[in-house]
Amino acid sequence: MLRYTIKRLISLCVSLAVASLVIFTVIEIAPGDPASFMLGINAQPETLAALRTELGLDASKVERYLSWVGGLLTGDFGTSYTYRTPVADMIAARLWVSLPLALYALALSTLIAFPAGIYAASRRGRAGDLGVMGATQLGVAVPNFWFAMMLVLIFSINLRWFSAGGFVGWDKGLWAGLHALTLPAIALALPQAAILARVMRSALLDVLGEDYMRTARAKGLTARQALWRHGLRNALIPVLTIIGLQFSFLLAGGIIIEQVFYLPGLGRLVFQSISARDLIVVESVVMLLVFSVIVVNFLVDLAYAAVDPRLRSRT
Amino acid sequence: MTLLSITNLSIAIHAYPILHDVTICVDPGEIVAVTGESGSGKSMTALAAMQLLPKGAQATGHIMLGDQDLLKLSEQDLCNIRGNDIGMVFQEPMTALNPVQTIGDQVAETIRVHDRSVSRRDALARAAETLERVGLPQAKFPLRRYPHELSGGQRQRVVIAMAIALRPRLLIADEPTTALDVTTQAQILDLLKSLAKADNMGLLMISHDLAVVADMADRIIVMRKGEIVEQGETQTLLREMRHPYTQMLFAASNHKVALPAAPAPTPLLDVQNVSRDYRLPRTTVFGSPGTFRAVDNVSFTLQRGERLGLVGESGCGKSTLTRAILGLEQVQGGTITLDGKPVFTGNKPNLAVRRKMQVVFQDPFGSFNPRHRVDRLITEPFHLLADPPKGTARDDAIAEALTAVGLTPDDAQKYIHEFSGGQRQRIAIARALIIRPDLILFDEAVSALDVSVRAQILDLLADLCKAYDLTYLFISHDLSVVRTITDRVLVMKSGQIIEQGDTETVFETPQHPYTQALLAAAPVLPELGEVDP
Repeated sequence: MLRYTIKRLISLCVSLAVASLVIFTVIEIAPGDPASFMLGINAQPETLAALRTELGLDASKVERYLSWVGGLLTGDFGTSYTYRTPVADMIAARLWVSLPLALYALALSTLIAFPAGIYAASRRGRAGDLGVMGATQLGVAVPNFWFAMMLVLIFSINLRWFSAGGFVGWDKGLWAGLHALTLPAIALALPQAAILARVMRSALLDVLGEDYMRTARAKGLTARQALWRHGLRNALIPVLTIIGLQFSFLLAGGIIIEQVFYLPGLGRLVFQSISARDLIVVESVVMLLVFSVIVVNFLVDLAYAAVDPRLRSRT
Repeated sequence: MTLLSITNLSIAIHAYPILHDVTICVDPGEIVAVTGESGSGKSMTALAAMQLLPKGAQATGHIMLGDQDLLKLSEQDLCNIRGNDIGMVFQEPMTALNPVQTIGDQVAETIRVHDRSVSRRDALARAAETLERVGLPQAKFPLRRYPHELSGGQRQRVVIAMAIALRPRLLIADEPTTALDVTTQAQILDLLKSLAKADNMGLLMISHDLAVVADMADRIIVMRKGEIVEQGETQTLLREMRHPYTQMLFAASNHKVALPAAPAPTPLLDVQNVSRDYRLPRTTVFGSPGTFRAVDNVSFTLQRGERLGLVGESGCGKSTLTRAILGLEQVQGGTITLDGKPVFTGNKPNLAVRRKMQVVFQDPFGSFNPRHRVDRLITEPFHLLADPPKGTARDDAIAEALTAVGLTPDDAQKYIHEFSGGQRQRIAIARALIIRPDLILFDEAVSALDVSVRAQILDLLADLCKAYDLTYLFISHDLSVVRTITDRVLVMKSGQIIEQGDTETVFETPQHPYTQALLAAAPVLPELGEVDP
């Protein structure tokens, strides 16, 4: 297990290094000079040159890459071209919204999907299964912003249980923060739960056909005991894969939901900085997202090994 | 008193009849074997006794275990009986165990699921005793082992331990050794026999292998198409064989063919000092990966017109050697030449040589593309030819190949699902024959077939030898088949050829201890009419 973990860690570091290089290169190739963008088309060449020096844009590409990566490692993400504030602070503020929102949504999605998937699999072909499958079909098909608007209509406008948007901040207390994030989290979670429930169901159905499930019945386990003791853990591998992918998506992919609920999250930050050619912010946020994807994959790899002993011994 | 008595059991799945009026008795300590070909209903009989029938199955009749009728019990009562009064062992030890649980937990589960009051620790201690009993001592096979760390035979021992942990009155074994090598098979059969004796446990064994059945059972039941055709004490049944189907079954299991004399030897395939290494996964990050030598310095010559056998247990390197001969993989040492030309040149198979060889695989169900018609399937080797026949020449070639293997030219327009397993294997042979190769490799080509079908395919091969002067390499783990269908035989173990010679000589007077062990372990059918009274 230790060797497996170390190997995954090494692969994690290599992935991060490659990702940083790719991100840097792609953004360098992208058209648009931030300095001229900031000063507008009528800027004097001298002013432009001065600004480029100030932003560090005239250094060689290698130097700029190294200083960027060095900064990332020490927590210095540089200064935003447009807002003139440290990028690290901007990202941190947004992360305090996006990260809890993603975790909240992921928890909800898992809490809905696991029971639904298990229930459907254990009642294959019967009314309960068809009901769950129909509901998840709907959940996959309907876009999450529509859910978001319906939730706002019902729970904010009619019932007035939640506010329709905005974020109060965590300084008002944990409960207030979670309360504000509940509707967006539900809107984000529903389509994800629908996908996850379907994956859970089909993974379980595959496992239910395995020989060892019959062995378990031959030992005297009831169908339910066999499912819980032998089926579930074996079905977890594909489910973990999907959970890992979903977390990465939830962290950055909530832009539409952030827009609907006026949440100051990462998605909106990326959107705004791309519009403003604020490359340093884009670079940093993208790098952060890549970092989170890679770290989540690493955690999923570790979870695989925890679930499946065959992976542990295969070094 | 009778332990298990099945009377007039009929089963239908969605109104499709599977079993008809089956009546079977098993006494305590008695070994009863149910035999028959695929589709005879023998496995369904075993599952019925366990009441683990597939969904939609309707059973009528009685299955009495002692004085309880299993067909009338509730699911909860059945759960109490399964594993407690009846244990079951399955065919596929590789998949019968939960891959993510230790063997200790899996054996202990049988104990705890029936008696909640046993602590986990006590259950594990009893699991250790049971594993010891089935030949897995704690010193070598601790409870914390996972199934993937064990071999097939060892896993089957774990499955047996799970089944007998609570000392059930009845043990049902469904093809318990079919997936195992002969030496392992002999050990598992011995184990089952001794356990039945020691615990005075009834053993209901399902097997298609008549030699195994004749060797093990006190009583034999022969089934065909869901019905019992004959049953009786083993010795009596073997002596009398009242039913023609039983006679046919035994005759087919022992089927012998007469091969025509081989032509004067001229070397065709020459294998010299061939070694094949596989890279192992790296054990350290920067160290060089180790290698596993699957084929180790193998040399032999196959003469034109010769029928050569290659036998050995799983993992001995048979398949690797086959792939190397076909030029599918590069070898790490030695040379393989066909008619003096290497099978592998540069980094790819030598096409000029490749078109002189064809192969017939084991699985008649998996080795055809289901969306192609037979004519397209069997003309696939034409891709190897520089100038493949077209138009009527192609049609003639198809018709000739199909006729040669006992099918009709009309079959060319059918799809593969319209054929039975035996017919598919004929089509596979037609595919190999169509370009008139110099050499055919049969890789376990009859292993998946029922005995009666196997006998027909062996006859077909003998006929083809007469008509076409076939040269082939027949790879099989089945010694009785190799004995009748080859002139010379190679015995392989751990990547090396440890013995070779004329087939009869090797089988009659094996020199190498391994060959001797292999032949001793293989169950042998008693000669018909020569059974002890």
